[in-house]
Amino acid sequence: MISWRAIAVATLFAVAPALLAGEIPPDARRSGYTFMGPDTRAMQDDDTSNPGMLFVLDGEALWAKKTGSANRACADCHGDARSSMKGVAARYPAFDKAIGRPVTLDQRINLCRADHQQAAPLPYEDRELLALSAFVAHQSRGIPITAGDDPQAKPFVAQGRALFMQREGQLNLACTNCHDDNFDKRLAGAPITQGQPTGYPLYRLEWQTLGSLERRLRSCMTGVRAQAYDYGSPELVALELYLMSRARGLPMETPAVRP
Amino acid sequence: MAALINVPSKARRGDIIEIRTLTSHIMETGFRHTADGKLVPRDIITSFACRYNGTEIFRADLFPAIAANPYLSFFTVAKDSGKFEFEWIGDNGYSTTASASITVE
Amino acid sequence: MPTTRRQFLSLASGVTVAGTIPIVTLRPIEATPAMLNTAIRNVVGEAQIRSGKVKLDIPPLVENGNTVPMTVSVASPMTADDHVKSIHVFNEKNPQPNIGNFYLGPSSGRAQVSTRIRLADTQKVVAIAHLSDDTFWQVAADVVVTLAACTEETN
Repeated sequence: MISWRAIAVATLFAVAPALLAGEIPPDARRSGYTFMGPDTRAMQDDDTSNPGMLFVLDGEALWAKKTGSANRACADCHGDARSSMKGVAARYPAFDKAIGRPVTLDQRINLCRADHQQAAPLPYEDRELLALSAFVAHQSRGIPITAGDDPQAKPFVAQGRALFMQREGQLNLACTNCHDDNFDKRLAGAPITQGQPTGYPLYRLEWQTLGSLERRLRSCMTGVRAQAYDYGSPELVALELYLMSRARGLPMETPAVRP
Repeated sequence: MAALINVPSKARRGDIIEIRTLTSHIMETGFRHTADGKLVPRDIITSFACRYNGTEIFRADLFPAIAANPYLSFFTVAKDSGKFEFEWIGDNGYSTTASASITVE
Repeated sequence: MPTTRRQFLSLASGVTVAGTIPIVTLRPIEATPAMLNTAIRNVVGEAQIRSGKVKLDIPPLVENGNTVPMTVSVASPMTADDHVKSIHVFNEKNPQPNIGNFYLGPSSGRAQVSTRIRLADTQKVVAIAHLSDDTFWQVAADVVVTLAACTEETN
């Protein structure tokens, strides 16, 4: 037995030398989809029954709609999103050189609105922002996640990882306590997933609408009785970036459906 | 706001075809309260109808127990080429329509 | 219909009872709460409601009560002489017992409708079909609704 364990440990180090303690190795990473029942899977699988597709359709219309005092549409600069936006969401949050920190896809859309359309920013969780974000991310469906690969993003990935490992709230729980250490077990009847953000913005049956990863993170924080970080705060963006880098290699699913 | 309609574009005469519709609507039940105790007024789709070349082939009365973004699937016999028209009617004067065409051979 | 939790539990307790005392008590059919009964009578009037012909596909254990997929189908040739006129779906414990009324006809070809419903709690769902000969047929299913582990504050 002892020799077997030694071999197992040696193999682990040989295959995945870059893994930090407690992290899920690439071949064991699982989308939340694999934790769902057949009915919820079926809802995601068929585009004509996936309610998230309603938002993708709205986003497609918004993509071509002129807006702001510049009277310019996303399509006027970016053309056909099917080619220009392919793979983009799989790299977000991405480092922005001008402001010197990573921005989420939602923030990128609002930066574009300010800089190129001279339009007011859309509020977080606003239907139009979610629709645009869903439409853009949908162009990456099936593409493996590579967010966090940019060397300039590394310090922010590290910041996000530290937050993921940090206990917080009245329940004194860190993200890692559930999503690294106890996935596949159940919490109040619901399966605990690995927390891989493969399909955002996604349609959550609980919400009965589309929502962002930030909304999901905030509701997790409320769940452990912690004070949730504000939308767009550097902490939430860093957490989002770490989660995406932790899901490296998993294919994008936007718009996913989750319970 | 969007509606998703799924009707086969082609069918053979006599085929039984499935029609699926999904439409954007919050379906506010009228039974929920805000944090300060005020009732959120009901805002739902109350009826749906589908006409095939002008003849009604399916109709539904919906209640607050229908989930947000209502999904409906039903069947009909493909008779002639032509048009399906869909109509959703609801609270606060809500009314929206969509259509889809079919070729029957 | 898949075995529901309630059926399973009653079966299990029946076995226990039979194992200890040699008397098997038949469990009475569950009483229908008054609101559900009234809603059903508003549709069927005084007509007799028979069991059979109707099939209700709904997960016995749902992941979230806010969006529960459901399919009702009725064994019917769907001809001019013999077809389903309407399907009515009810629940037991939501604030209102009605879920939906669906009107079909011979041109439907198949008596089957699917939708997604809200169930506020673990409860019974009843589907009733009104046939062209003015008979009414029903089926009931028990659905266990699990609560989400982390619900957020209303916003």
